[in-house]
Amino acid sequence: MAMREIMYRDALREAIDEEMARNSDVFIIGEGIAERGGSYKVTEGLLAKYGPKRVRDTPIAEAGMIGVGVGAAIAGARPIVEILYVDFAMLGMDMIVNQAAKFRLMTGGNGRVPFVMRTQGGAGGGVAAQHSQSLEALFYHIPGLRVVMPSTPSDAKGLLKYALRQEDPVMFLEHKHLYMTKGLVPDGEHIIEFGKADIKRPGKDVTLIAWSNMIPTTLAAAEELAAQGIDAEVVDPRTLVPLDKKTILESVAKTKRAVIVQEANRRGGVASDICSIIQEELFYDLDAPVTIVAGLDIPIPFNLTLEKASVPQKHDVVAAARRVLHADPIELAAE
Amino acid sequence: MSTPARSANAPSKALLEKIFRTAYKIRVFETEGIKLYRQGLIRGYFHPYLGQEGIATGVCAALREGDYIASTHRGHGHCIAWGADVKRMVAELLQKETGYCKGYGGSMHIADISVGNLGANGIVGAGTPLGVGAALASQIRGSDAITVTFTSDGGSNNGTFLESLNLAAIWNLNFILVIENNQYAVSTRIEESTRETDLYKRGLAIGVPSFQVDGNDPIAVHDLTREAVELCRAGKGPVLIEARTFRHMGHHVNDPGKYMPEDELAYYKGRDPVDRARTALLEMGGAKTQEIAAIEAEIAAEFEDAVEFSKASAEVTPEAFREFVVGY
Ligand SMILES: Cc1ncc(C[n+]2csc(CCOP(=O)(O)OP(=O)(O)O)c2C)c(N)n1
Ligand SMILES: [Mg+2]
Repeated sequence: MAMREIMYRDALREAIDEEMARNSDVFIIGEGIAERGGSYKVTEGLLAKYGPKRVRDTPIAEAGMIGVGVGAAIAGARPIVEILYVDFAMLGMDMIVNQAAKFRLMTGGNGRVPFVMRTQGGAGGGVAAQHSQSLEALFYHIPGLRVVMPSTPSDAKGLLKYALRQEDPVMFLEHKHLYMTKGLVPDGEHIIEFGKADIKRPGKDVTLIAWSNMIPTTLAAAEELAAQGIDAEVVDPRTLVPLDKKTILESVAKTKRAVIVQEANRRGGVASDICSIIQEELFYDLDAPVTIVAGLDIPIPFNLTLEKASVPQKHDVVAAARRVLHADPIELAAE
Repeated sequence: MSTPARSANAPSKALLEKIFRTAYKIRVFETEGIKLYRQGLIRGYFHPYLGQEGIATGVCAALREGDYIASTHRGHGHCIAWGADVKRMVAELLQKETGYCKGYGGSMHIADISVGNLGANGIVGAGTPLGVGAALASQIRGSDAITVTFTSDGGSNNGTFLESLNLAAIWNLNFILVIENNQYAVSTRIEESTRETDLYKRGLAIGVPSFQVDGNDPIAVHDLTREAVELCRAGKGPVLIEARTFRHMGHHVNDPGKYMPEDELAYYKGRDPVDRARTALLEMGGAKTQEIAAIEAEIAAEFEDAVEFSKASAEVTPEAFREFVVGY
């Protein structure tokens, strides 16, 4: 298949553009997304192409705009609500958690909510504690939501197009550091179903499970491990809900060792849940305890050194992989 | 802006009959429903609409097919006024598979998307953004459908009240927000919740045509809603309506409502919306007492049938409900 190399943000724009062209029920609202084209340039050009009815700026009213999106979805339209930072989605949690997530069941399955909230998270921009969080675990915990975390332009496009064709509320969580990253995207119609993990790097010695911006970090770690003679497999679930348990378990059954890498702080995180699944299903196949590399349990500080120390870095992943492979001599406790 | 003068054209008998039927049906549903609750046949919360029937009745009579409504935790009256099937409502309260939500929702979640009923809501105030969303969907689709959200004095203090009404205003949406100001949020008086108790003024502050009406007068509510509908269809929406009213009892079936002053309760019971609908049908509509009696008997029988139907219905099984589980 013919491929083009484009940026993550362009891939997202293509997905929205194609789906807006295909279905007049798709529309997008958000802060500064119309004339200005959005803070991440994802919506550039859409106003000119689709007009002010379907591409609208909103005031700073996150609870209101998320709620309005949910209401429009209940009424059968296909809204995309862009929230500048996932941190700001917290203002709309009632609409997400009590309305969007529950409506289908509360109506006995008669009501559906094809609502897509696009937003971005992650640390590393020097934007401090209220603009740096990775909050997927909050959404992951709530039955009724779908949670999507694309790591590449190809996944971003394919998953967003799928999100705009299915019937349940989707938390589409992008990463602020991925917008300008490049990758190959297939020409033509490109759709990726939810619940299908992608093996970003095949390997046989250890399984590294990661998503979103931890994929570049983990792939870099895998390269370093390769130089050390360790062949790591990198599995990207791409959607956390639904989770492709099968692909994860097949990989770990093969390598017998797993490291889960998550940018979010460790406590109550998705990594812990994936870890519990692996140990429950594969306990007797494992050659080492499943290990989690996660952010520290603190708000993200502004200071660059501290910011970096708060979230997993390449060397943390390398060290964890070596640990589950018992590749280093055992250190005796210093204290 | 306050209540506009009663429209010069007297309402037709057909309209008056429709209004009486609806108001009376709500009254029967709630009084009989409370009995079922007390018999232990209904679980959970049951917030009666007794005393407020004039609002849902008057508003919905001014809407048409294709429009949308969104409701509150006190939502039975809105459903009935929107034309819901009493059988499926009772079945829902009795947690049966034949209910509107197959027993998954109960009293606070009855919805019927197929006819534009976006549903009751267990979260006070939540229907306002949802209703604005439906109005936005209509505008994007080029439809002139109108969405009415019923909210409450309590709901008017939720932040999304301002956020979403403002969105409706900047986008000129066909949206009518009806505040049912029954002057209490559970036991908290409106005077304790806000310094300005004329809640319609909140709309004026953001450029929304806003009105106040006696919510216990179904005809006045209807007339005002028709004007609001006309404003919307002329592209001058949204519109805010504050309908003043009072509950006939406590907040829910198990709340004795001791905090409601007796004289005030007596005052509002003397302005009973169902009585006023009946009187209007008799006096303005020229109906005979036998006609009224026949309507009342018909509605009572309809409710009895609904109870029989619901009792005989099955419940969703724990096997079937796994369709909603999204696991790994
Ligand atoms: C967000 C939220 N807060 C609190 C409650 C609990 N609660 C249910 S009804 C109610 C009072 C509501 O009063 P009002 O909004 O005026 O409506 P009314 O009951 O008078 O119809 C409260 C506090 C709730 N359901 N939702
Ligand atoms: Mg109240």
